[in-house]
Amino acid sequence: MALPCRMRRDVGKHQETADVTQNIDEPLVRHIGKLSRIELTDEQVSTFGRQLSAILEYFDKLSELNTDGVEPMAHAVELRNVLADDTPGESLTPQAALANAPKHDGDFFMVPKVIGGSQ
Amino acid sequence: MSNLTELTAIELAARIAAGDASAEQATRAYLDAIDAREPVVGAYNEVWADMAIEQAKAIDARRAAGQDIGPLGGVPVAVKDNMCTTYGRTTCSSKMLANFRAPYQATAVDKLQAAGAVVLGKTNLDEFAMGSSTENSSTKPTRNPWDTDRVPGGSSGGSAAAVAARMCAAALGSDTGGSIRQPAAFCGVVGFKPTYGRVSRYGLVAYGSSLDQIGPLARDVADAALLTGVISGHDGRDSTSVPRDVPDMLAHLDTPPANLRIGLPREFYSDALDAETNRAIRAAAEAYERAGAEIVEVSLPHSRIDIDEAGKLSSYAAACYYIVAMAEASSNLARYDSAHYGHRTAKQCDGIVEMYSRSRAEGFGEEVKRRIMLGTYTLSAGYYDAYYNKALKVRRLIKNDFDAAFERCDVLLCPASATTAFKFGEKTDDPLTMYLADIYTVSVNLAGLPGLSIPAGLSEAGLPIGMQLIGPVFSEPKLFAAGRMYEKASATSRLTPPMVKQA
Repeated sequence: MALPCRMRRDVGKHQETADVTQNIDEPLVRHIGKLSRIELTDEQVSTFGRQLSAILEYFDKLSELNTDGVEPMAHAVELRNVLADDTPGESLTPQAALANAPKHDGDFFMVPKVIGGSQ
Repeated sequence: MSNLTELTAIELAARIAAGDASAEQATRAYLDAIDAREPVVGAYNEVWADMAIEQAKAIDARRAAGQDIGPLGGVPVAVKDNMCTTYGRTTCSSKMLANFRAPYQATAVDKLQAAGAVVLGKTNLDEFAMGSSTENSSTKPTRNPWDTDRVPGGSSGGSAAAVAARMCAAALGSDTGGSIRQPAAFCGVVGFKPTYGRVSRYGLVAYGSSLDQIGPLARDVADAALLTGVISGHDGRDSTSVPRDVPDMLAHLDTPPANLRIGLPREFYSDALDAETNRAIRAAAEAYERAGAEIVEVSLPHSRIDIDEAGKLSSYAAACYYIVAMAEASSNLARYDSAHYGHRTAKQCDGIVEMYSRSRAEGFGEEVKRRIMLGTYTLSAGYYDAYYNKALKVRRLIKNDFDAAFERCDVLLCPASATTAFKFGEKTDDPLTMYLADIYTVSVNLAGLPGLSIPAGLSEAGLPIGMQLIGPVFSEPKLFAAGRMYEKASATSRLTPPMVKQA
């Protein structure tokens, strides 16, 4: 599902940086909570809505900058395609891998039923 | 033997190597200091008293057998509780990992122990390293040893407070946007964030993977240099670790770099800067000049710090940093699924998504939730270009500014924080205000540069002021030499908080 999008096209000089009008209303907070897999109380929905709007408004400061033709920089040290030899190494034993599991059965992690729930 | 806790790590290692003190004596002296001051400071999530004595005895036995005990042989250190250790718990000060026991150990911790260090325990932090005051810890507050009504900074607040209060000789922290350098400044100790890729992140619980680096908090620059050398090096288990030789960080420490050019970024000396901090940094520049360095003014336009009439700070770099860090955090923290490890809700759940969402709601604190949600939002369809991609472009502009500045100077001198340590609760109501506590440190992480925070004296209220030296990538030895030059010229290093003096 796409987010309800409220984009206001900047008529100013930096056309490529869509100037986004933040309006994190309650349905949107609930939707972000769902995408983030975090259950929210009604009180949190209202507090987070206010806080997220203020923070996003601050982020919008970047739209003042002209970044036409600037190459995005995802990493500080630009290593590319670091490959390792395909040789088997030491790995965790099933016992070690399961040691922190909230619930397990034999060599399996246990979770509630995946099919048939409300979501 | 309580004076052992007043020695630097290098001095203590030398005494132990010479047989003038044992590793066990040093460890017991630090455990005594912890007994005396930890109830007030609260720096540790876990103290490994028995394990520490055991490690110390092993070092003493090796020395007695004529074996090399390493450059940190018998030196008691602390480790921030977001680095995996096979002993004890690794909690990240989060309810999510309250009982987590890591099945493997961080490379940096392995390297410390291989160098002979005795690990005293795990230190408190803002939950998952998200914060600037350690107030976001789910375990307890950590108090600033200089004034217990004030925060130690963060997120490595426990490590900084432990070093300042002489509850360890040195410590490891992690720095994503200033989390080593800002608490070091608040607590009057030295803190160093290495060049990105210098230290392996294997076993460091990930927050912002393109920004995170492990580094030391120490009593002085020489100790920070020693620890950095010990933990550095390529590691095949971290694909972002750089395959590059590690220079001897101590080799030229006491040789002041000839013709050193110190750059003052003019955008950092705006009205946003606290007047006392400004004076202290200016005095540091004068100390450098007297010692023979040349001072040049440089410009970092995209790291500019503005202040409006209401006193609100803002900077492109801070906006850029938080977009990048939160985007990476939302992805990294998706691993806490309550299936493989971590907190699982005790409530009945109808299906697996409800289990995820309820467990994460119970396990994460408010700040972590805010960052995951903001990161999720800025990465979502329709917003990716406006926020995340835009921030990556601004990140390039910020880096280009540094490249241009380093054409004209060897190191940059600026504040490590706009203010001295603030009081508990002062910034907790408004997350944005807290974010701006990192305004002088975030650019360094975005550009991947090494940054060194050094005490630059005390304010009139008796609180430490921190200055920051920034160098080009992989310029660690020169940066440490420049830091050492300041310590000698100013005599303001090795600050001792009143609570330690009175003991």
